[in-house]
Amino acid sequence: MWTAKVRRSVVNALPPERMLPDRQPAYVASWIYVFGVTTMTAMMVVIGTGCILAIMGPQWWHTSSFGHFINSLHLWSVELFFFAMVIHLWGKFFMAAWRGNRALTWVTGVVTFLASIVTGLTGYVSQTNFDSQWISTQAKDGINATGGGAFFNVLNFGQMLMWHIVLMPLAVIALVALHVLMVRRRGVVPPFPAKGEQLPSMTGGTASAPAEPVPTTSEEVPA
Amino acid sequence: MDHLGAVIAVYAAISGLLGSVVNLDSPGHYLNWGFIHISVANLVVICLMVVTFILAIFLPFPGHRSSKGGKDD
Repeated sequence: MWTAKVRRSVVNALPPERMLPDRQPAYVASWIYVFGVTTMTAMMVVIGTGCILAIMGPQWWHTSSFGHFINSLHLWSVELFFFAMVIHLWGKFFMAAWRGNRALTWVTGVVTFLASIVTGLTGYVSQTNFDSQWISTQAKDGINATGGGAFFNVLNFGQMLMWHIVLMPLAVIALVALHVLMVRRRGVVPPFPAKGEQLPSMTGGTASAPAEPVPTTSEEVPA
Repeated sequence: MDHLGAVIAVYAAISGLLGSVVNLDSPGHYLNWGFIHISVANLVVICLMVVTFILAIFLPFPGHRSSKGGKDD
């Protein structure tokens, strides 16, 4: 039966102890590894404040000081989201995090980055103020030059808002979920080996980066 | 949690200080270099990101200690 096949392949790819680990390799104890989770935390604040703004409508923040505060939280959490995501990207690039069969992890990250930019742009033109009108009249020139303006019309407020609150969040959330599942499946990429040293190679991996998670030390993840 | 509260307080203090030093209620200043047209604020943010990245690489991570015998598995 197809449900049993799906269940078996999912459990094989992501057994519970790999899905929700309680240990991590010793090399993960470095500040460069906090930016992925910082990005996700900022994303949760973006989504939470975005939901409140959706409940009250896109003009609420002009007439309510609480609405203005939520709108500001939404903006600044997006700033933090991009701040952390780009530093995460730099870290992963310079440690060549696609090693050891982790190409899909890297690619989902890049596509998430691009999708986030589109999400930000559609939000930027949905502010219902003169600033967003200016942004959309400038953006239309660039987008029309690509030919995309035929169906992606930044002057169409309804289209931009619906892309921003429906289509792009679904895309970003799906991509982030896939990205995190890939990290769980393959484990965090080990650092480059020291000169002359080789990590034990495992099936599907390379000498410098095993495809399977590296055995952890006795260091437990703090509760 | 205490550590987190202290970090938040420090960031809030720095933001307040910057707000008093920099006039936030005026048109932005822009720099031009060829096709690059960037606000000073944006450039400051990018510089902060580079500094944060360098600090993340070199700052020691708290609580990291070798396992028994001083050897990793």
